[in-house]
Amino acid sequence: MLDRDEDILKAAEDWQKAGRGVALATVVETWGSAPRPAGSSLVINDEGTFLGSVSGGCVEGAVVTEAMDVIQSGKPRMLEFGVADETAWNVGLSCGGTIRVFVEKVG
Amino acid sequence: MKLAILHELNAERAARRPVILVTDTESGEQRLVKAEDFSKDPLRAELDKQLRMGKSASVEAGGKKLFLNVYAPTAKLVIVGAVHISQALAPLARSLSYDVTVVDPRTAFASPERFPDIPLVAEWPDTALPPLNVDAYTAFVAVTHDPKIDDPALLHAFERNCFYIGALGSRKTHAKRGDRLRAQGAKEADIARIHAPIGLAIGAVSPSEIAVSIMAEITAVLRLPPKEKEEAA
Repeated sequence: MLDRDEDILKAAEDWQKAGRGVALATVVETWGSAPRPAGSSLVINDEGTFLGSVSGGCVEGAVVTEAMDVIQSGKPRMLEFGVADETAWNVGLSCGGTIRVFVEKVG
Repeated sequence: MKLAILHELNAERAARRPVILVTDTESGEQRLVKAEDFSKDPLRAELDKQLRMGKSASVEAGGKKLFLNVYAPTAKLVIVGAVHISQALAPLARSLSYDVTVVDPRTAFASPERFPDIPLVAEWPDTALPPLNVDAYTAFVAVTHDPKIDDPALLHAFERNCFYIGALGSRKTHAKRGDRLRAQGAKEADIARIHAPIGLAIGAVSPSEIAVSIMAEITAVLRLPPKEKEEAA
Protein backbone atom coordinates (compact mmCIF):
# COMPACT_ATOMS: atom_id res chain seq x y z
CA MET A 1 0.00 0.00 0.00
CA LEU A 2 1.75 3.15 1.09
CA ASP A 3 5.30 2.18 1.73
CA ARG A 4 6.44 5.46 0.24
CA ASP A 5 8.69 7.98 1.95
CA GLU A 6 10.36 5.25 3.97
CA ASP A 7 13.88 6.52 3.46
CA ILE A 8 12.85 10.13 3.05
CA LEU A 9 11.58 10.65 6.59
CA LYS A 10 14.39 8.56 8.00
CA ALA A 11 16.88 10.71 6.10
CA ALA A 12 15.19 13.85 7.41
CA GLU A 13 15.69 12.64 10.98
CA ASP A 14 19.23 11.42 10.39
CA TRP A 15 20.36 14.61 8.65
CA GLN A 16 18.82 16.81 11.32
CA LYS A 17 20.49 14.81 14.09
CA ALA A 18 23.81 15.10 12.26
CA GLY A 19 23.46 18.87 12.58
CA ARG A 20 22.36 19.71 9.04
CA GLY A 21 19.69 22.24 8.19
CA VAL A 22 16.79 20.23 6.76
CA ALA A 23 13.52 21.03 4.98
CA LEU A 24 10.68 18.79 3.95
CA ALA A 25 8.53 19.51 0.87
CA THR A 26 5.19 17.71 0.57
CA VAL A 27 2.55 17.70 -2.18
CA VAL A 28 -0.65 18.76 -0.41
CA GLU A 29 -3.02 19.30 -3.32
CA THR A 30 -3.22 18.36 -6.97
CA TRP A 31 -5.50 19.32 -9.83
CA GLY A 32 -5.70 17.73 -13.24
CA SER A 33 -3.14 15.12 -14.15
CA ALA A 34 -0.47 15.70 -11.55
CA PRO A 35 2.58 13.46 -11.77
CA ARG A 36 2.66 12.50 -8.08
CA PRO A 37 -0.20 12.24 -5.57
CA ALA A 38 -0.78 14.25 -2.39
CA GLY A 39 1.56 13.07 0.34
CA SER A 40 4.56 12.63 -1.97
CA SER A 41 7.56 14.30 -0.45
CA LEU A 42 11.09 15.48 -0.91
CA VAL A 43 13.69 16.09 1.79
CA ILE A 44 16.45 18.65 1.27
CA ASN A 45 19.49 19.55 3.38
CA ASP A 46 21.49 22.76 3.51
CA GLU A 47 24.13 21.28 1.20
CA GLY A 48 21.50 20.96 -1.52
CA THR A 49 21.33 17.16 -1.28
CA PHE A 50 17.80 15.87 -1.73
CA LEU A 51 15.87 12.61 -1.71
CA GLY A 52 12.40 11.77 -3.00
CA SER A 53 10.26 13.72 -5.43
CA VAL A 54 7.18 15.88 -5.64
CA SER A 55 6.69 15.89 -9.39
CA GLY A 56 8.87 13.26 -10.99
CA GLY A 57 11.46 15.83 -11.99
CA CYS A 58 9.53 18.81 -13.39
CA VAL A 59 9.77 21.26 -10.50
CA GLU A 60 12.30 19.78 -8.08
CA GLY A 61 14.91 22.43 -8.92
CA ALA A 62 12.60 25.25 -7.90
CA VAL A 63 11.50 23.42 -4.75
CA VAL A 64 15.11 22.91 -3.65
CA THR A 65 15.83 26.62 -4.11
CA GLU A 66 12.79 27.62 -2.04
CA ALA A 67 13.66 25.01 0.57
CA MET A 68 17.05 26.69 1.10
CA ASP A 69 15.21 29.89 2.05
CA VAL A 70 12.90 27.98 4.38
CA ILE A 71 15.89 26.37 6.14
CA GLN A 72 17.27 29.89 6.65
CA SER A 73 14.07 31.61 7.77
CA GLY A 74 12.39 28.70 9.55
CA LYS A 75 9.04 29.88 8.12
CA PRO A 76 6.96 27.38 6.15
CA ARG A 77 5.67 28.38 2.73
CA MET A 78 3.25 27.11 0.13
CA LEU A 79 4.38 26.82 -3.49
CA GLU A 80 2.14 26.36 -6.47
CA PHE A 81 3.21 24.96 -9.81
CA GLY A 82 1.13 24.61 -12.92
CA VAL A 83 1.09 25.24 -16.61
CA ALA A 84 0.07 28.65 -17.89
CA ASP A 85 -0.98 27.15 -21.19
CA GLU A 86 -4.73 26.48 -21.17
CA THR A 87 -4.45 24.29 -24.25
CA ALA A 88 -2.09 21.91 -22.54
CA TRP A 89 -4.65 21.53 -19.74
CA ASN A 90 -7.50 20.87 -22.13
CA VAL A 91 -5.81 18.16 -24.10
CA GLY A 92 -4.75 16.53 -20.86
CA LEU A 93 -1.01 16.37 -21.39
CA SER A 94 0.71 14.35 -18.73
CA CYS A 95 2.20 17.45 -17.17
CA GLY A 96 -0.96 19.54 -17.60
CA GLY A 97 -1.85 19.56 -13.92
CA THR A 98 -1.25 21.89 -11.00
CA ILE A 99 0.29 21.00 -7.68
CA ARG A 100 0.67 22.80 -4.35
CA VAL A 101 3.73 21.97 -2.33
CA PHE A 102 4.12 22.77 1.38
CA VAL A 103 7.72 23.41 2.40
CA GLU A 104 8.66 23.34 6.08
CA LYS A 105 11.82 23.28 8.13
CA VAL A 106 12.60 20.13 10.13
CA GLY A 107 13.63 20.66 13.75
CA MET B 1 8.17 19.74 11.42
CA LYS B 2 9.33 19.49 15.00
CA LEU B 3 11.97 16.83 15.56
CA ALA B 4 9.87 15.19 18.28
CA ILE B 5 6.98 14.72 15.81
CA LEU B 6 9.29 13.39 13.11
CA HIS B 7 10.85 10.98 15.58
CA GLU B 8 7.47 9.69 16.73
CA LEU B 9 6.24 9.42 13.13
CA ASN B 10 9.26 7.30 12.17
CA ALA B 11 8.81 5.12 15.26
CA GLU B 12 5.12 4.50 14.48
CA ARG B 13 5.92 3.67 10.87
CA ALA B 14 8.66 1.27 11.89
CA ALA B 15 6.18 -0.45 14.21
CA ARG B 16 3.64 -0.74 11.34
CA ARG B 17 1.05 1.38 13.16
CA PRO B 18 -1.05 3.75 11.04
CA VAL B 19 -0.86 7.48 11.79
CA ILE B 20 -2.03 10.70 10.19
CA LEU B 21 -0.02 13.90 10.36
CA VAL B 22 -2.34 16.92 10.47
CA THR B 23 -0.74 20.15 9.23
CA ASP B 24 -2.29 23.63 9.31
CA THR B 25 -0.80 24.77 6.03
CA GLU B 26 -1.15 28.45 6.92
CA SER B 27 0.45 28.49 10.37
CA GLY B 28 2.61 25.39 9.90
CA GLU B 29 1.24 23.96 13.16
CA GLN B 30 1.22 20.16 13.27
CA ARG B 31 0.02 17.21 15.27
CA LEU B 32 0.30 13.47 14.88
CA VAL B 33 -2.85 11.39 15.40
CA LYS B 34 -2.57 7.66 16.05
CA ALA B 35 -5.33 5.45 14.68
CA GLU B 36 -6.28 4.39 18.23
CA ASP B 37 -7.04 8.05 19.03
CA PHE B 38 -9.19 8.77 15.96
CA SER B 39 -12.46 8.16 17.80
CA LYS B 40 -11.90 11.06 20.21
CA ASP B 41 -10.58 13.47 17.58
CA PRO B 42 -12.70 16.37 16.29
CA LEU B 43 -11.66 15.35 12.75
CA ARG B 44 -12.56 11.69 13.27
CA ALA B 45 -14.83 11.36 10.21
CA GLU B 46 -12.15 12.78 7.89
CA LEU B 47 -9.35 10.81 9.55
CA ASP B 48 -11.30 7.54 9.30
CA LYS B 49 -12.10 8.11 5.67
CA GLN B 50 -8.59 9.06 4.58
CA LEU B 51 -6.98 6.17 6.43
CA ARG B 52 -9.46 3.70 4.97
CA MET B 53 -8.66 4.99 1.48
CA GLY B 54 -4.95 5.13 2.27
CA LYS B 55 -4.95 8.60 0.72
CA SER B 56 -3.56 11.93 1.88
CA ALA B 57 -5.74 15.00 1.28
CA SER B 58 -6.34 18.66 2.06
CA VAL B 59 -9.52 19.47 3.99
CA GLU B 60 -11.11 22.56 5.52
CA ALA B 61 -12.26 22.42 9.11
CA GLY B 62 -13.12 25.16 11.59
CA GLY B 63 -11.99 27.81 9.11
CA LYS B 64 -8.55 26.21 8.83
CA LYS B 65 -6.89 24.64 5.84
CA LEU B 66 -5.52 21.32 6.96
CA PHE B 67 -3.46 18.71 5.19
CA LEU B 68 -3.97 15.15 6.34
CA ASN B 69 -0.91 13.09 5.46
CA VAL B 70 -1.70 9.40 5.82
CA TYR B 71 1.00 6.95 6.81
CA ALA B 72 -0.47 3.47 6.51
CA PRO B 73 1.71 0.38 6.64
CA THR B 74 2.09 -1.74 3.50
CA ALA B 75 -0.56 -4.43 3.65
CA LYS B 76 0.63 -8.01 3.82
CA LEU B 77 -1.01 -11.13 2.50
CA VAL B 78 -0.15 -14.45 4.10
CA ILE B 79 -1.32 -17.43 2.07
CA VAL B 80 -1.33 -20.74 3.91
CA GLY B 81 -1.34 -23.41 1.24
CA ALA B 82 0.87 -23.47 -1.85
CA VAL B 83 -2.01 -24.81 -3.93
CA HIS B 84 -3.19 -24.06 -7.46
CA ILE B 85 -5.34 -21.11 -6.35
CA SER B 86 -2.33 -19.63 -4.56
CA GLN B 87 -0.32 -19.69 -7.78
CA ALA B 88 -2.84 -17.23 -9.21
CA LEU B 89 -3.49 -15.38 -5.95
CA ALA B 90 0.12 -14.53 -5.08
CA PRO B 91 1.00 -12.59 -8.25
CA LEU B 92 -2.43 -10.91 -8.30
CA ALA B 93 -2.00 -9.70 -4.70
CA ARG B 94 1.47 -8.48 -5.50
CA SER B 95 0.15 -6.42 -8.40
CA LEU B 96 -2.17 -4.79 -5.84
CA SER B 97 0.94 -3.85 -3.78
CA TYR B 98 0.63 -6.45 -1.03
CA ASP B 99 3.74 -8.02 0.48
CA VAL B 100 2.98 -11.68 -0.17
CA THR B 101 4.27 -14.78 1.62
CA VAL B 102 3.21 -18.35 0.96
CA VAL B 103 3.41 -20.93 3.74
CA ASP B 104 3.10 -24.69 3.23
CA PRO B 105 5.03 -27.47 4.99
CA ARG B 106 4.60 -29.73 1.96
CA THR B 107 7.74 -29.07 -0.03
CA ALA B 108 6.26 -30.59 -3.17
CA PHE B 109 3.73 -27.74 -3.12
CA ALA B 110 5.92 -24.93 -1.79
CA SER B 111 8.48 -25.07 -4.56
CA PRO B 112 10.12 -22.10 -6.29
CA GLU B 113 9.20 -23.63 -9.67
CA ARG B 114 5.53 -23.23 -8.79
CA PHE B 115 6.00 -19.79 -7.17
CA PRO B 116 8.72 -17.89 -9.01
CA ASP B 117 9.79 -14.75 -7.09
CA ILE B 118 7.32 -15.25 -4.24
CA PRO B 119 8.71 -15.67 -0.69
CA LEU B 120 7.99 -19.25 0.38
CA VAL B 121 8.21 -20.79 3.83
CA ALA B 122 8.13 -24.60 3.68
CA GLU B 123 7.43 -25.10 7.40
CA TRP B 124 4.46 -25.95 9.59
CA PRO B 125 2.43 -22.88 10.66
CA ASP B 126 3.76 -23.05 14.26
CA THR B 127 7.29 -22.46 12.96
CA ALA B 128 6.54 -20.45 9.85
CA LEU B 129 4.08 -17.85 11.14
CA PRO B 130 5.64 -16.19 14.23
CA PRO B 131 8.59 -14.64 12.30
CA LEU B 132 6.22 -13.17 9.69
CA ASN B 133 4.88 -10.60 12.17
CA VAL B 134 1.29 -11.10 11.14
CA ASP B 135 -0.63 -8.00 12.29
CA ALA B 136 -3.74 -5.85 11.82
CA TYR B 137 -2.47 -4.81 8.37
CA THR B 138 -2.33 -8.41 7.25
CA ALA B 139 -4.88 -10.31 5.18
CA PHE B 140 -4.71 -13.99 5.98
CA VAL B 141 -6.02 -16.84 3.85
CA ALA B 142 -5.95 -20.55 4.59
CA VAL B 143 -6.46 -22.64 1.47
CA THR B 144 -4.81 -26.04 2.01
CA HIS B 145 -8.08 -27.93 2.73
CA ASP B 146 -6.01 -29.79 5.34
CA PRO B 147 -7.11 -29.14 8.94
CA LYS B 148 -3.66 -30.08 10.25
CA ILE B 149 -2.28 -27.04 8.43
CA ASP B 150 -5.23 -24.63 8.20
CA ASP B 151 -6.47 -24.87 11.80
CA PRO B 152 -3.30 -23.83 13.66
CA ALA B 153 -2.78 -21.11 11.04
CA LEU B 154 -6.26 -19.70 11.66
CA LEU B 155 -5.73 -19.72 15.43
CA HIS B 156 -2.61 -17.64 14.85
CA ALA B 157 -4.53 -15.20 12.63
CA PHE B 158 -7.17 -14.71 15.37
CA GLU B 159 -4.48 -13.85 17.91
CA ARG B 160 -2.89 -11.30 15.59
CA ASN B 161 -6.12 -9.50 14.75
CA CYS B 162 -5.74 -9.70 10.96
CA PHE B 163 -8.00 -7.29 9.08
CA TYR B 164 -9.17 -10.13 6.86
CA ILE B 165 -9.28 -13.85 7.50
CA GLY B 166 -10.55 -16.21 4.82
CA ALA B 167 -10.65 -19.97 4.53
CA LEU B 168 -11.41 -22.24 1.61
CA GLY B 169 -14.25 -24.72 1.87
CA SER B 170 -17.98 -25.14 1.49
CA ARG B 171 -20.46 -24.19 4.21
CA LYS B 172 -20.47 -27.81 5.37
CA THR B 173 -16.66 -27.95 5.55
CA HIS B 174 -16.68 -24.63 7.35
CA ALA B 175 -19.19 -25.81 9.95
CA LYS B 176 -16.89 -28.72 10.78
CA ARG B 177 -13.96 -26.35 10.93
CA GLY B 178 -15.88 -24.17 13.39
CA ASP B 179 -16.41 -27.19 15.66
CA ARG B 180 -12.72 -28.09 15.56
CA LEU B 181 -11.56 -24.55 16.27
CA ARG B 182 -14.05 -24.21 19.13
CA ALA B 183 -12.67 -27.42 20.62
CA GLN B 184 -9.22 -25.81 20.50
CA GLY B 185 -10.42 -22.78 22.45
CA ALA B 186 -11.35 -20.32 19.67
CA LYS B 187 -14.01 -17.76 20.60
CA GLU B 188 -17.32 -17.57 18.76
CA ALA B 189 -16.45 -14.02 17.65
CA ASP B 190 -13.18 -15.25 16.13
CA ILE B 191 -14.88 -18.00 14.16
CA ALA B 192 -17.46 -15.49 12.94
CA ARG B 193 -14.62 -13.39 11.52
CA ILE B 194 -13.64 -16.09 9.00
CA HIS B 195 -14.84 -15.37 5.48
CA ALA B 196 -16.02 -18.77 4.31
CA PRO B 197 -16.76 -19.78 1.66
CA ILE B 198 -13.85 -17.51 0.74
CA GLY B 199 -14.19 -14.65 -1.77
CA LEU B 200 -17.04 -12.57 -3.17
CA ALA B 201 -19.79 -14.56 -4.87
CA ILE B 202 -18.97 -13.82 -8.52
CA GLY B 203 -19.42 -17.34 -9.82
CA ALA B 204 -15.67 -17.93 -9.93
CA VAL B 205 -14.68 -21.29 -11.42
CA SER B 206 -10.99 -21.34 -12.36
CA PRO B 207 -8.16 -20.78 -9.86
CA SER B 208 -7.55 -17.33 -11.39
CA GLU B 209 -11.19 -16.36 -11.02
CA ILE B 210 -11.21 -17.55 -7.42
CA ALA B 211 -8.11 -15.42 -6.85
CA VAL B 212 -9.99 -12.41 -8.23
CA SER B 213 -12.95 -13.08 -5.94
CA ILE B 214 -10.63 -13.36 -2.91
CA MET B 215 -8.78 -10.13 -3.70
CA ALA B 216 -12.10 -8.36 -4.37
CA GLU B 217 -13.32 -9.41 -0.94
CA ILE B 218 -10.07 -8.36 0.74
CA THR B 219 -10.24 -4.99 -1.03
CA ALA B 220 -13.84 -4.47 0.12
CA VAL B 221 -12.90 -5.23 3.73
CA LEU B 222 -9.92 -2.89 3.53
CA ARG B 223 -11.62 0.04 1.82
CA LEU B 224 -15.36 0.10 2.46
CA PRO B 225 -16.90 1.73 5.53
CA PRO B 226 -18.38 -0.90 7.92
CA LYS B 227 -21.99 -0.55 6.75
CA GLU B 228 -21.35 -0.91 3.03
CA LYS B 229 -18.98 -3.75 3.83
CA GLU B 230 -21.87 -5.75 5.27
CA GLU B 231 -23.91 -5.13 2.15
CA ALA B 232 -21.09 -6.31 -0.14
CA ALA B 233 -20.57 -9.51 1.83
